[in-house]
Amino acid sequence: MNVLYFAWVRQKVGRADEVVEHTPSLRTAGDLATMLAARGGGYAEAFADLSRLRVAVNQSHVGLDATLAAGDEVAFFPPVTGG
Amino acid sequence: MNLNVHIQEEDFDVADEIAALTTEAAGAVASFIGLVRGGDGVTGMVLEHYPGMTEREITHIAEQAQARWTLIHGITIIHRIGRLNIGERIVLVAVASAHRQSAFAACEFLMDYLKTRAPFWKQEERDGGLSWVEHRASDDAAAERWRKS
Repeated sequence: MNVLYFAWVRQKVGRADEVVEHTPSLRTAGDLATMLAARGGGYAEAFADLSRLRVAVNQSHVGLDATLAAGDEVAFFPPVTGG
Repeated sequence: MNLNVHIQEEDFDVADEIAALTTEAAGAVASFIGLVRGGDGVTGMVLEHYPGMTEREITHIAEQAQARWTLIHGITIIHRIGRLNIGERIVLVAVASAHRQSAFAACEFLMDYLKTRAPFWKQEERDGGLSWVEHRASDDAAAERWRKS
């Protein structure tokens, strides 16, 4: 899976994107967020409060309960502030 | 429907965009222009987005507007990214329609949804430093009311 980070999520984790292998334990976007938070450091900070984050899978807004598959593009970001 | 979606660093010319959108069947064009607001020590703004998803979301929102207001002939949405000074244009939403009611309503609908769905993020610049703009609950409420109507 290609995992992307935007805005302060990107700043906290220290990178814009990375490849994460899809495993059976990463069933949902929430599972992925929990796994990333467990890395500690900036990841723990970025994923400390999941209610502050939004997620998109394959460039569509979804909830943290969205199921993941190999090859998915998963993005984590704050609530949007355009316009 | 004539749909134009542009995400760009450059400014745009409002008159040119409206002229390009207008057809003989259009009896009305409504437009909204969002600007970088000054005050509170703000000296500028920096915008970033999610390339690909932004265009997808805006196209999706425009299709929803077209489904709600069938009189719409054309929609132009231009959103700028990068660093902008106070007073600069950030966004243009223009809707050409047969009649004013659908042009006004669709313009507001598009802005309300763009604010809550299109993946852009703003940072405000103060004293040379940048801070992320917080999402506003009032924007969610503005988009939500369209679900009820």
